[in-house]
Amino acid sequence: MAFKGAIEVDTAKCKGCGVCVENCPTKSIELSKMVNSKGYNYAEMVGEACIGCSNCAIVCPDSVITVYRVKI
Amino acid sequence: MNIEDIKKPENIVYKKTPILTDNVMHYCPGCSHGTVHKLIAEVIEEMGIQEETIAVSPVGCSVFAYNYLNVDWQQAAHGRAPALATAAKRLNPEKYVFTYQGDGDLASIGTAEIIHACSRGENIVVIFINNGIYGMTGGQMAPTTLLGMKTSTTPYGRDAKLNGFPLVLAPMIAQLDGTAFITRQSVHTAVAARKAKAAIKKAFEYSQKGIGLSFVEIVATCNSGWKMSPTAANKWMVENMFPKYPLGDIKDVLKQE
Repeated sequence: MAFKGAIEVDTAKCKGCGVCVENCPTKSIELSKMVNSKGYNYAEMVGEACIGCSNCAIVCPDSVITVYRVKI
Repeated sequence: MNIEDIKKPENIVYKKTPILTDNVMHYCPGCSHGTVHKLIAEVIEEMGIQEETIAVSPVGCSVFAYNYLNVDWQQAAHGRAPALATAAKRLNPEKYVFTYQGDGDLASIGTAEIIHACSRGENIVVIFINNGIYGMTGGQMAPTTLLGMKTSTTPYGRDAKLNGFPLVLAPMIAQLDGTAFITRQSVHTAVAARKAKAAIKKAFEYSQKGIGLSFVEIVATCNSGWKMSPTAANKWMVENMFPKYPLGDIKDVLKQE
């Protein structure tokens, strides 16, 4: 069984700490080159390798990540 | 299937729990406090005890925890959270009472309170965030600061002759008969965070069994106080804090041998 996932980041609240980037097993999350209104490089999803494991979301100190997952 | 098709409400597997308020946390980027708040909130949501929880916030960075968790809060004088929690629990024995304290609060000015609360065997949960530094006031040395660790009051590193040795509290209170469950966890990776969540849940369950105090120590980072990036602080914690503060259960009175 395989899963395909996606994440949505509340970019206004993200503080760009990068802890999610370290914890992603598929390297599907990176810090954006853009900044939010507070000047932080917020996290964003890259590529289509995400499996929806929620690792990024559970380590996020500011709880800004919502995770979606479907079976394929 | 493209990404936009996946992002539908029926496919959500993880989202922010409603126990956490929508306030933006004042903590620095990457601070462990936010993660621990979330884990506590998720445990409260899973157990369905939002209305039955009374929390006591400390003095320190996490004093504002009452702005972030949507439960009933009290705010204690510096170090006195276990004393306040004792009163709350004795007057409301059916409620889940927990304190949330940092190492400057619990291991320094509040050492007497925590030791006597453990000794009396109060049926409360103590969440102890150990980052080895006074974060809020500018990174001064705490009792838990490691030997050789640089802080703003030990600029050449903590020296045992001058500053004494780090205080390792969990094994000390494990000797007391009033404690039921003592564990040390961390939240730097997803695996560690899930284990910490399970430990917090167990502590909440034990607090209703009337068998004594449950103590969950979280070895945490203070990247601003340590003068590191959040990810470098996590790495430093694994290399330096864990040898002194190893993770795992220290005491569990209900564990089957």
